[in-house]
Amino acid sequence: MISTPLTQPAVRVRNVGKRFGNLEVLKGISLDAHEGDVISIVGASGSGKSTLLRCINMLEIPDEGEVVVAGETIALRAGRSGKREAVDRAQVDRMRMQLAMVFQNFNLWTHMTVIENVIEAPIHVQGRSRTEALREAEALLDKVGIADKRNSYPAHLSGGQQQRAAIARALAMHPRVMLFDEPTSALDPELVGEVLRVMRTLADEGRTMLVVTHEMAFAREVSNRVIFLNQGVIEEDGRPADVFGAPKSDRLRQFLSSQLRADMGPS
Amino acid sequence: MDIDFLAQTLLQLLSGVPLLLQLAFLSIAAGAIFAALLALMRLSGNPALDYPARGYVFVFRGTPLLVQIFLIYYGLGQFPEVRESLAWPLLRQPYWCALLALTLNTAAYSSEIIRGGILSVPFGQIEAARACGMSRWLIFRRIIVPQGLRVALPAYGNEIILMTRSTALASVITLMEVTGIASKIISETFRAVEVFICAGLIYLVLNFAISRAVALLERRLSPQARELSDPTHLPEPAR
Repeated sequence: MISTPLTQPAVRVRNVGKRFGNLEVLKGISLDAHEGDVISIVGASGSGKSTLLRCINMLEIPDEGEVVVAGETIALRAGRSGKREAVDRAQVDRMRMQLAMVFQNFNLWTHMTVIENVIEAPIHVQGRSRTEALREAEALLDKVGIADKRNSYPAHLSGGQQQRAAIARALAMHPRVMLFDEPTSALDPELVGEVLRVMRTLADEGRTMLVVTHEMAFAREVSNRVIFLNQGVIEEDGRPADVFGAPKSDRLRQFLSSQLRADMGPS
Repeated sequence: MDIDFLAQTLLQLLSGVPLLLQLAFLSIAAGAIFAALLALMRLSGNPALDYPARGYVFVFRGTPLLVQIFLIYYGLGQFPEVRESLAWPLLRQPYWCALLALTLNTAAYSSEIIRGGILSVPFGQIEAARACGMSRWLIFRRIIVPQGLRVALPAYGNEIILMTRSTALASVITLMEVTGIASKIISETFRAVEVFICAGLIYLVLNFAISRAVALLERRLSPQARELSDPTHLPEPAR
């Protein structure tokens, strides 16, 4: 059920457009994510779904449109080269703290142990005390099921363990919204489940999540809203049962049947 | 073999070690600071900073250190502007000329080593830091420097050894470090082989110590490459 919001959206994306050279990757995307929403963003590769996520936390600066986090618009202006840039980097940094991101390739800091990865931003960005950060990190690692790996370096962990560590790192920031950029795409098939289980737990806790994913089962079962992106526009947007059960566009039908073939193909 | 002569020579040569170490240490230290500046200029993405740094590296890597020493020692004094400048009391002394040449030379090489170290840090890790709200300076300090240092250290250790040996060139502008003293003894005794063997031995011992120290530092800085000896230990206070 899509709840009718009483408060302002946690994240509001308005008319966001992004070009890479001549390629228009996003063409005026608008989207509201409310507290507690779990939104799956699906689409073929090249449809712009990762770019959309990266525009939300300004890893890519949108060429058009704006992003509003909890009522505060991230201020952008035209830079010298004509590309837009942040007016105030400190504001962007502050916004990013509320928008923790989990990457396809984990991107853990390889020179730090797992627990050092988790406490890094709380201590050095948010200025929390080391004792408190450590205590919380322990609890988070326990929650994602890798408490025993706290003093291991990322290189000694499996992909699934690394991604769970990355999720703990994101959680440690107390983010308002979590952005997942294809969190299971770089994993061996047998490791996908352990990461999805953690994500399902987070969804059950009522966390606000935006998930770019190829896991149709996750999108169908866990999210309360599915967005199908096609060539830089939102082609369909609705409850999973509607989007998957009764696709309106040919594009989505094609996409879903290709996903089905991929899922049922020889493994 | 004339043990007495060898021992005596060695003793005389050792008196040049403090000057050798001084030249090496000061030029490497000053060169490292200059090199860091050059590396940041190259990485700034600003052509007005990048190209001067490129040109500098091109010139100082592309010409022999010996030529640079000669140009600074003999060449600078030809310009009245230099002779009348405040730096002249320093630049007329071979010691400062040698130090300047060594510093400028190592800065060119080291800047490329530092640049390589910085560029070696995977971009994904920098993005992850950005996504956590880390500022540029914090990312530089906490993510790029610790990792870049580890990558750069083997090459930089080489550079330190090269510079220690290069101090020998200071002898051509009259400085009495180890090689300078060796030349003097040879001109008095004509026993080139024994004297140079003694001199070579000194450089060998020094550079062995340096390479061991660098290897030790490398091990210390790369805990992730070692097996974890104590799986229960708490992380060190990071700063």
